[in-house]
Amino acid sequence: MTTTLPALSALAQEAQPAVGEATGTASLAWLLFALPAAGALVLFLTGRRSDRWGHWLGLLTVVASFVIGLLIFLETVGLAPGERTRELALYSWIGSGSLNVDFGLRLDPLSLTFVLLITGVGSLIHLYSVGYMSHDPGRRRFFAQLNLFVAAMLVLVLANNFVLLYLGWEGVGLASYLLIGFYQDRPAAATAAKKAFLMNRVGDVGLALAIFLLWLELGTTQYNEVFGRIGEVPSGTVLAVTLLLLLGACGKSGQFPLQSWLPDAMEGPTPVSALIHAATMVTAGVYLIARTNPIYDLTETGRLVVALIGVVTLLIGAIIGCAYDDIKKVLAYSTVSQIGYMILAVGLGPAGYALGIFHLLTHGFFKAGLFLGAGSVMHAMNDDVDMRRFGGLWRKMPVTFVTFGLGYLALIGFPFLSGYFSKDAIIEAAFAQEGWQGWVFGGAAALAAGLTAFYMTRLMFMTFFGERRWEKVPAHNGEAYHPHESPATMTVPMIVLAFGSVGAGAALYPVLPEWLAPTVGELRELEGGALPHAVVPWLVVGLSALGVLAGYLFVGRRPVPVERPERVSLPVRAARADLYANAINESVVERPGTWLTRILVYFDNRGVDGAVNGIAAGLGGSSGRLRRLQTGFVRSYALSMLGGSVLIVAAMLAVRFA
Amino acid sequence: MNVLSAAGPIVPDSGGNVLLIVLLLLPLVGSLVMYPLRGNVALAKGVAMAVALLELVLVVLAWVGYDTAAAADGTRFQLEFSASWIPAFGTHIAFGVDGIALVMIALTAFLVPILMLFAWAEKLPEGRTASGYFGLLLATQAMLVGVFAATDVFLFYVFFEAMLIPMYFLIGRFGGPNRQYAAVKFFLYSLLGGLIMLASLIGLFVVSGERLGQGTFTWAELQTMAATVPTSTQIWLFLGFFVAFAIKAPLFPFHTWLPDAGAEAPIVGAVLLVGVLDKVATFGFLRYCLPLFPAASQALAPLVLTLAVVGIIYAALLAVGQTDMSRFVSYTSIAHFGFIALGIFAFSSQAFAGATLYMVNHGLSTGMLFLMVGMLITRGGSRKIADYGGVAKLAPLLAGCLLVAGMSSLALPGTNSFVSEFLVLVGSFPNAPVFTIVATVGIIFAALYVLWFYQRTMQGPVRGDAVTAALERAGAGGPGAMTDPGIAAKRAGTGFADLGRREIAVVTPLIVAIVVLGFFPAPLLDVINPSVTATMQEVGLADPVPVGGTAR
Amino acid sequence: MSPTNYLLLSALLFSIGAVGVLVRRNAVVVFMCIELMLNAVNLTLVTFSRINGTLDGQVMAFFVMVVAAAEVVVGLAIITSIFRTRQSSSVDDANLLKY
Repeated sequence: MTTTLPALSALAQEAQPAVGEATGTASLAWLLFALPAAGALVLFLTGRRSDRWGHWLGLLTVVASFVIGLLIFLETVGLAPGERTRELALYSWIGSGSLNVDFGLRLDPLSLTFVLLITGVGSLIHLYSVGYMSHDPGRRRFFAQLNLFVAAMLVLVLANNFVLLYLGWEGVGLASYLLIGFYQDRPAAATAAKKAFLMNRVGDVGLALAIFLLWLELGTTQYNEVFGRIGEVPSGTVLAVTLLLLLGACGKSGQFPLQSWLPDAMEGPTPVSALIHAATMVTAGVYLIARTNPIYDLTETGRLVVALIGVVTLLIGAIIGCAYDDIKKVLAYSTVSQIGYMILAVGLGPAGYALGIFHLLTHGFFKAGLFLGAGSVMHAMNDDVDMRRFGGLWRKMPVTFVTFGLGYLALIGFPFLSGYFSKDAIIEAAFAQEGWQGWVFGGAAALAAGLTAFYMTRLMFMTFFGERRWEKVPAHNGEAYHPHESPATMTVPMIVLAFGSVGAGAALYPVLPEWLAPTVGELRELEGGALPHAVVPWLVVGLSALGVLAGYLFVGRRPVPVERPERVSLPVRAARADLYANAINESVVERPGTWLTRILVYFDNRGVDGAVNGIAAGLGGSSGRLRRLQTGFVRSYALSMLGGSVLIVAAMLAVRFA
Repeated sequence: MNVLSAAGPIVPDSGGNVLLIVLLLLPLVGSLVMYPLRGNVALAKGVAMAVALLELVLVVLAWVGYDTAAAADGTRFQLEFSASWIPAFGTHIAFGVDGIALVMIALTAFLVPILMLFAWAEKLPEGRTASGYFGLLLATQAMLVGVFAATDVFLFYVFFEAMLIPMYFLIGRFGGPNRQYAAVKFFLYSLLGGLIMLASLIGLFVVSGERLGQGTFTWAELQTMAATVPTSTQIWLFLGFFVAFAIKAPLFPFHTWLPDAGAEAPIVGAVLLVGVLDKVATFGFLRYCLPLFPAASQALAPLVLTLAVVGIIYAALLAVGQTDMSRFVSYTSIAHFGFIALGIFAFSSQAFAGATLYMVNHGLSTGMLFLMVGMLITRGGSRKIADYGGVAKLAPLLAGCLLVAGMSSLALPGTNSFVSEFLVLVGSFPNAPVFTIVATVGIIFAALYVLWFYQRTMQGPVRGDAVTAALERAGAGGPGAMTDPGIAAKRAGTGFADLGRREIAVVTPLIVAIVVLGFFPAPLLDVINPSVTATMQEVGLADPVPVGGTAR
Repeated sequence: MSPTNYLLLSALLFSIGAVGVLVRRNAVVVFMCIELMLNAVNLTLVTFSRINGTLDGQVMAFFVMVVAAAEVVVGLAIITSIFRTRQSSSVDDANLLKY
């Protein structure tokens, strides 16, 4: 650390690891994002000339990034835990007066974990996309945008200051906008893309204001200086900063009340949903809170709000997930719900930061795998997403079925698969909270686990088991369905991710908290609370089993109608309507906004411009009246001259003699 | 005399460096040469382009000659020249640049050749020739150099009014169907503001006569006496300048001439008008209002900040509601001017630097936005947004460039505008937190209007009267044709064509500037920062956030 | 010598001329009334010249006469030309130059 300040907050000061200079392999860290960015640039600039080989270039740059990331990771593992935080200053980006923002990178356990996740899962999904997008004329553009995303996401996690984080933050927003709107001649895709960008911008305002506040108080945006001196900031400001950061996190991660863009984002190609809207970008909010843990450590209220947002969101996601028939939207709401778990975890403070990241990683594996599986199903089913038209697909696409099934088991927390370790740990930590918080957080999280089991079981039965409903109806594009297994470029990534879904939890569980400790602090296991640790796993597994059973009873045992039944109970109707989130957005924001715009346009034309033109017209009109005095009669002119002269003479006389 | 030696202040009337005079006269002579060349349009265009490029080279020389270290040491102006003009009124032909003026002159010199290239094959109204068109462009450039380089307040005023003349003819002779109305409105509105400023100018002269014993228009002398003028006097003088600049900028509620002028002006005229000419006002705030009336500026800052922030939200909402592409771009500019004004009246070196950088970046991004709109109009022949749709499918390159311009307009990080917008907001926050929060909310609206415009014109299925008409003209089939219009357009090679080579050459330097300045704004900031610091000292305020922040 | 009588005469002549200009329609008569006013002024100028013993007033009077002569030349030409085209010498008929 460069500053030598008196430690006002011993806790924050102590928690900050010493920052070393990045040397060796780590000095190549800039290549991590520069390579994908260069790939994107080449693909954008060469245009159609690179149509034939562009996708391989895109894949290659991300794989190269992964290799570099792995090398840096191995190098870092070799260091002592206290020396694992290193920085690499590239150049001074924005400087004016007392403000100086570096284009600098921070290589620490947290950022390296994300680098491996992004480039690793990114490589797999790039590979998958080579097959998935093989028939699409826009494949080169797709890879260019996907590379742009990887580069921006890497900048986001590697930044060593808030402004550079913001660059990556909005950069992934742009990539997400481009990719959601990839099929840009579809109005729905264009609208979804715009919606995603706008709701993200709402969050970005929060992030930006948090940066302004921090700079005002501390005169810096550099992580290590901010975290080192955050104790000097008044507690009210700290609370404001945490809430503003949370707003940013809500926008990016699709958390309540900004959750409704994420399901719409499924308009994008499926690999995009897997990479951006499941595994990486939408977890940026969790990253942000984990990264700024020294700030959240100082405010209990701030953490409580975070946890509440997480709880509300995980329930919303799980409830709505039960009602949809669109396979991607079910997975999307599942993502909303799972990120809710992560937010809840990081909201628990030192007891949960590492758990949030842990669940983020396992979720990255199994949810990406599930999305790729869904994409594989869609690929086989003429790009249809309506599960009511699927059924009995497990024979037709065995690899997809097995990998998807493993992801499913991991997600519902089947014992000793990935999700079991990570989700259970969060629920345990939630129950370990004192007082009402333990019951509310833990209870909601456990309940949502049961719901998760239900909607995922429903999805499994509707897609892979039961009657082959696709034999009876034509596809949406009018052709008959010919389900088939996907090519190897698609199945290989699914298989790899399935291994992750199975083993990542068990493999990471013992090592991850310790590895992350230099960045997010030691994992503090709480004792006591609402429910003891020993009880919780039984409760969760029991609830999940109930969910699976309910899924079997409601969907697996009965025939599924191809047409969606419309006479359904009130809760189902509410869930189908996204719990009225879009309706609220529309009636509170969109429609008044439209009216306001119209009124303002009228006001500007008639009011403001009317006043300007009115003054001009008034001058013109009065001069038109005055013109009438010019009658053309010489004698009247003569009279007015005489009158004028008399007046002047009279005035002179009056002045002289008065 | 070494033209590139920029060194320190000079005595009045002693002559000095002639580079700025050359920069002023070169385009002026170029525009006069256009008249005898009117018979030979090709030659005229070539000569005009040569003049513009030579000007650019000279500006690069001036840039190289500008000594940032000397500026940081307190040299207020460089490349100075001074000669007596009207001794009775104490006016001088005095030129000199600080970092702020230099970047604006550089922006002008950068844009003009691009604009000429864009206008190279433009279809002009009946009976007009390209020589007149290019001549007016050069004349505008000359006036702009004059207005930015003047260090004599009276000389500034002369150029401030004189630049209306070429712009009036540019709009009135080469503009759209309603050009007469727009040109007259623009001219009268600006003139009104200018005359109010003239009254203030005379007042300033009188006050300087009282304070200094002899009336003067020299900026440096007026600045030294500024602190001693009573606040009540300052306020009246300030208001005269302010009204002129508020109209020119334009700030809400003086903005209504801009959509008309921006829409009716030819595209290149609109770019110069919105991109550079309007910046004279914000430049004027920084160079004249703040240093000459420091007490009044601070007293009236809440008023200006209110207008600025209202303008940001109001104009953004209006931009959403526009049906005409050029008016749309004009309204986005009004919103951006709000950010610039916010930065200027927030009194911190970050906000000042951000506002100055914003002037340059807005010229680039809005310039490009106007040019992209112009390229659409060239193809479709209509300014209405509803006449276009799904263009991305027919002309992906055009759509991509429009998106780049739009992203720069909404200040996406990684584009030039982000740096300036961030500096403005972060710098304004300490002194004007409430205004800054509202302005920050304005960035949501910026995203809304850009993306909504992009969606309506570029995304979705191919539609819109202008697009289908263009496709039909090319025989590629409109509605009801058997082939997919996109494929048919490609087959025919005409219709709604993608960018051609000349158009690519037009947008390339702009895109490069947008991206490079987004990641590496240091070359501009290094030039701007010393002058900004000087302005802070002239206002007499310290930076609100010291090194280490306010918490310490 | 007292200037009173001269000035009274001059004022009388001026008033007659002024009233004539205002009430008469015939252009020639209006013209003659103008001459009357000019001569009334001349009388005043000469009177004061005599009283003050300087030649300034007389010089002025000559200037007035010259101007009057020039005016008559141009004016009569215009009146004649109007009479030829419109068959009227009334000043009220020549009122096209209005608004």
